Amino acid sequence: MNKAVQLQLDKEPNRKLYLSTIAAILIALIIWSFMGVNITGFDQRGTQIASNIFSGLFSPDLEFLFDFTSGGGVPSLLFETIAIAFLGTVFGSFLAIPISFLMSPSIVSRPVAFVTRLVVIFIRTIPSLVYGLMFIRVTGPGPYAGVLTMSLTSIGMISRLYVDVIENLDRGVLEAMTSMGCTTYQKVRYGILPQLFSSFLSVTIYRYDMNLRDATILGLVGAGGIGAPLIFAMRSYRWSEVGSILIGLVVLILAVEIFSNKLRERLVNG
Amino acid sequence: MKEPIYDQIFKPKTYTLSNGKEVKQRASRTPLVLLVVLLVTVLSWEATNVDLSALRTRGYQFVIILTDMFPPNLNFLNNIWGPLFDTIQMSLLGSIAGALLAIPFALLSSSNIIKNRILNGFFKLFLSILRTLPTLITALIATFVFGLGTMAGTVAIFLFTLSYIGKLMYEHIENVDMGAFEAHESMGLSKVQAFRYAIVPDVLPTYLSVSLYAFEGNIRYAAILGYVGAGGVGLLLDERLGWRDYPSVGMVLLILMVVVFIIERISEYFRMKLT
Repeated sequence: MNKAVQLQLDKEPNRKLYLSTIAAILIALIIWSFMGVNITGFDQRGTQIASNIFSGLFSPDLEFLFDFTSGGGVPSLLFETIAIAFLGTVFGSFLAIPISFLMSPSIVSRPVAFVTRLVVIFIRTIPSLVYGLMFIRVTGPGPYAGVLTMSLTSIGMISRLYVDVIENLDRGVLEAMTSMGCTTYQKVRYGILPQLFSSFLSVTIYRYDMNLRDATILGLVGAGGIGAPLIFAMRSYRWSEVGSILIGLVVLILAVEIFSNKLRERLVNG
Repeated sequence: MKEPIYDQIFKPKTYTLSNGKEVKQRASRTPLVLLVVLLVTVLSWEATNVDLSALRTRGYQFVIILTDMFPPNLNFLNNIWGPLFDTIQMSLLGSIAGALLAIPFALLSSSNIIKNRILNGFFKLFLSILRTLPTLITALIATFVFGLGTMAGTVAIFLFTLSYIGKLMYEHIENVDMGAFEAHESMGLSKVQAFRYAIVPDVLPTYLSVSLYAFEGNIRYAAILGYVGAGGVGLLLDERLGWRDYPSVGMVLLILMVVVFIIERISEYFRMKLT
């Protein structure tokens, strides 16, 4: 190695003690978690099921996969999932607007912002499945419960990202408009809304992407979507049906992800 | 220049400036976007049988469950510790294993490290397909393969972490400035040495902070995995909700909140130090 390079490299600060402490803690944690998780390999039954799932993926139930009539085929189930995620995102993003304004310290006083933040943390920690079960008591099982769950669970993340947008507003524009003698309405309409609209929309589209994934699991508690048929098919060992549901899911989520990335790119670039 | 269809229907406003130049203001796209959103909303509304009056008449049911959770059942605390530690151990082991395996996967997917388009494409596709499967569904499948218990949960978290970190890392590695690497090589370092001194210092902080972030999120996910029988605190939630023992549910949620909060603070502290 070149001498000059070696000299430069030797100047790197010595953090061996710090790093080795962290490494020791990490190794201790790994050993601790190994003790907790009882590692079970594949047994005879497990391998059998794994190979069944694979054969189901490669020989899906085509009739079920392409059943475009409104009753129970994969397309209609996927449509229901899309609808749940969409309405949930729309409701959630509308609910998040007032909350995010209440959360941004540059608009309301600090205590108010802090309390709202605590409430949002509280809302966010409860897992979506628990909300699902709670809403089923209100609406009965079905996609409606899913919509309400999605609306509530989206609030947390959406409002947090909205706050970032609000805090990063370009105030220079507003000052310029004030100096030009614009009215408050004009300032909001031409100074604030154009700045907020596209960023808010971009956040919402991002959350839609996530909600779509979450909507697929709500079916496990009976809140509509494609999760319930999946778990039924698995419990009754209908692997070709499992295969077609999984294929439908993967294709849908990949397609939505690509589409939403394109859309957000265009939004950001104007 | 040919105008998009939208501009042909809604003609742009034309202003003539004082120097005789013509400027066009294109019609706003906002009404179109709003119309599409409205249309899809109505469609989804129909598809999901949303009925706001039910919320008004039966919404109190939701509040009843919430108020039943207070005060939380403190006696239930002793039953929580076991599953709670299971949850933490599951997500810790899954995250670490996933993060470690993500390194070779990320390297194999980066087109500037491994110059083989077919190999890159294959691993990228693999990572994105893995990422589409929600953790709970992976866990469900894992319970069938590995049997009920913490192993299934660990595998689900492992797979999710692998795909998540793998994707973020190959995106980062592909954007690394290769100039430093070439400079090191021209100074006479071998390829491995150049990689060690040019690429690793650039990528390592991001890798560590992404891994910590993934671990943070995994704790949340791990908490519900018990719902499909994959071990952890979700088992308790499922059982207590089934029995309508809401004060105990409240206790579980409270503890969960505290644990998630503490872990988030610790990981946030280290992530701040890394950047």
